[in-house]
Amino acid sequence: MTRTLWTRTAAAAAALLLLAACGADEPAAETTGADPAEEQTLTVYSGREEELVADLFEQFETDTGIELDVRYGDSAELAATILEEGDSSPADVFFSQDAGSLGAVAQEGLFQELDADVLERVDERFRSPDGLWVGTSGRGRVAAYNTDLIDEGDLPDSIVDFTDPQWKGRIGFPPTNSSFQAFVAAMIELEGEDATRDFLEGLKANDPKLYEDNSSTVRGIAAEEIEVGFVNHYYIYEVAAEDGEIPVANHFFTGGDPGALVNAAGVGVLASSDATDAAREFVDYLTGDEGQTYFAEDTFEYPVAPGVEPGEDLVPLDEIESPDVDLSDLGATIEPALELLAEVGLL
Amino acid sequence: MARAAHLGPRARPSFARVPAGLLVWAAIVCLVMAIPLAYILLRVAESDAGTWDLILRDRTVWLALRSIGLVAAVTAGAIGLGVPLAWLTVRTDMPLRKVWAVLVALPLVIPSYVGAFALISAFGPSGMLNRVTGIEGLPTIGGFAGSFAALTLFTYPYVYLIVAAGVRGLDPSLEEAARGLGRSRLSTFTGVTIPLLRPFIASGGLLVALYTLHDFGAVSLMRFPVFTQAIYLQYRGAFDRTPAAVLSLMLVCLALVILVMEVRARGRARYHRVGSGTAKIAGRIHLGPWRWAAFAACLLITLIAFVGPVATIAFWLARGAARGGEVRLTWAAAGASMGISALGASVALVAALPIALLTARYGSKAASFARYVSYSGYALPGIVVALGFVFFASNYASWIYQSIPLVVLAYVVLFLPQASEPLQSSLLQVGPRIAEAGRALGSGRRRVFVRLEAPLISRGALAAWALVFLTAMKELPATLLLRPTGFETLATRIWTGATAGLYSKAAGPALILLAICAIPLYVLARRVEARDLEVRVEK
Repeated sequence: MTRTLWTRTAAAAAALLLLAACGADEPAAETTGADPAEEQTLTVYSGREEELVADLFEQFETDTGIELDVRYGDSAELAATILEEGDSSPADVFFSQDAGSLGAVAQEGLFQELDADVLERVDERFRSPDGLWVGTSGRGRVAAYNTDLIDEGDLPDSIVDFTDPQWKGRIGFPPTNSSFQAFVAAMIELEGEDATRDFLEGLKANDPKLYEDNSSTVRGIAAEEIEVGFVNHYYIYEVAAEDGEIPVANHFFTGGDPGALVNAAGVGVLASSDATDAAREFVDYLTGDEGQTYFAEDTFEYPVAPGVEPGEDLVPLDEIESPDVDLSDLGATIEPALELLAEVGLL
Repeated sequence: MARAAHLGPRARPSFARVPAGLLVWAAIVCLVMAIPLAYILLRVAESDAGTWDLILRDRTVWLALRSIGLVAAVTAGAIGLGVPLAWLTVRTDMPLRKVWAVLVALPLVIPSYVGAFALISAFGPSGMLNRVTGIEGLPTIGGFAGSFAALTLFTYPYVYLIVAAGVRGLDPSLEEAARGLGRSRLSTFTGVTIPLLRPFIASGGLLVALYTLHDFGAVSLMRFPVFTQAIYLQYRGAFDRTPAAVLSLMLVCLALVILVMEVRARGRARYHRVGSGTAKIAGRIHLGPWRWAAFAACLLITLIAFVGPVATIAFWLARGAARGGEVRLTWAAAGASMGISALGASVALVAALPIALLTARYGSKAASFARYVSYSGYALPGIVVALGFVFFASNYASWIYQSIPLVVLAYVVLFLPQASEPLQSSLLQVGPRIAEAGRALGSGRRRVFVRLEAPLISRGALAAWALVFLTAMKELPATLLLRPTGFETLATRIWTGATAGLYSKAAGPALILLAICAIPLYVLARRVEARDLEVRVEK
């Protein structure tokens, strides 16, 4: 009894030491064996979901022969990771879900400047003014609504009108979602903190149903839990792809309304990268025809470089009357937005 | 019988001098455990007046008060559930006692955010209950009540498992004496049994309190902002690590207060036999008609805290499969989860032993210090600990960065109290006399520990191992940030599915996770039963 317990413990300890030794060897072997072929491996920190971009990465590997080592994570957490790693970061490229995370890394001076021709490809709204990161795809904020319950004609032009008591109990949104928070930040930029507080309090007075994320909001609309929800434009397509046809459509706000914000996912190359050429090729690929076509056709997002048409159901990007805010400024306003949401009690 | 008084006023440590080897061992453990604390202090040192203005606001105080309230309520609730359940499943003739012994421990395998999600789907606004009954205005779950319910239901097994080990090791002679002297059964339970179980209740309560303090998932789902929310807002919104670190330090201070309270609750009493003879085997207590009330209580708890969440997950899986979605069975991830969690649990056990020995046997200042330092990791949100490891490993030990050993190390730092608490309580119950006898008969200290004490605390050690294993299986933030690139566990697979909003993809790995976690729980319960039998046969 006693003997077996201790034999087992000893065996476990031995196994652990062995594993620790192996673990210690692995990275060492990587750094010593730096032959030219090895240089063609690119480490990507991806804040974009595996479900959305894994196919695109595979396509990139086939087309270029460059191998990708992808670490998936949450955009904000990966940005924090890069900030902690500093110059020792193993990452070559940071591919983020939102501009805020890219801005945080750029601000610490951890990105290198991108090639002018890549930058110029992309609409000015969707890139860093200093050329440190570039947008890869756009996401429009919309009011998704149940087509069985509402005619689009009954929907207001501005998101602010949803504070009207007639919408009580009929609306919902995901307050913890970073795209929703970016919209609140945009509203602060455009209309100031007081107006935004009034708006949020008005929304809250209408008993909104709060969802975990965009897709459950869309599912809530489809299930008639609510009639209208504030989400990104492509979720109705994603949910339909998983759940089958749903009676939900997108309504775009007009007149530069903050509710019509178009946010961007984007990419930057780390200054500490030792595979700069491959990293730039990666950025070139995402903003080029192949990448842009993928975002238009596979993730139902907006291409940000001209020349690739958005999916057929989409309102063209230049027809969306999106508000005039600088996405790279938005990063700094996320915090006040979160504070405000917490203060009003929506977070 | 009088000489066998277990609750002596003070327990005096028997070996006043702490062996040097033990101190060195404990010092090494403390050094590793201090990594997140060192990281926080480093960042706090960068703070300026602006940071403090940001933090010293009414809202921060308000959030701290809410955290304290939630911690107190959940701890009380978990003790209120865990202690009676432990006593019922071990000592009474409740029907299907042995089955319940396993079943009521199972909610532990449900990650609290999954559990909270299931509670909301069932009892939330427009939840299943609401839709099925069609009654408007049914009370819905959320806010404080929802957080309290979710956290209590999914953490009480910490109290249950640790206290059950204590009840099994209990010498019934004191209770029999009390009964013989005319005390009623209830007054024996509250006046004798509960005090004898104090160190176990304190240990379990401590684990629940610290868990509640650092939890973010359940409270965020229930929309009950607490202190951890302030920390997350800093990371998510401001990308500023300095205020996050200052807030984390405040969280550690709160944990310190909880630890001091736990030491007080534990008391300085003696919990081992000091008289001659050995402990008796406890007989079954007959509950009479109450056995069915106990049965119903166990059934209800199992239904809400285990069957409900499992059914929710199974529903997602079935819905995904019915729509022709591919159901991914991630066996490789399952293997990886088990391997790395087993490693984490084993190393945690080795690391916890010196802390437990110092606290239970020597009660020295060094012991309290070791305990405070080594518990700070458990009081912090996983993301803070993970970023601390990112900082130190990437900059100063790149050879270990993003490797399996680093993840294992993080698990040890995150979950050490779950290993050291059961060990420590077992050591208190065994007492120092047995070791003294062995020493008097000429055996060396090490031999005494290996041959005499270790077998006696093996039950506590097993519980310790299982607790860390189960918690590590569910761990996400540190695994996500520290794992080798491409290394997938069940938890990371669940996360991948859930972030994409594809619950059907998250459900497969979630069910496998539950199935795997159920095994060590089952073994834990069975092993104890087997032991009872052994002794009975000898008799």
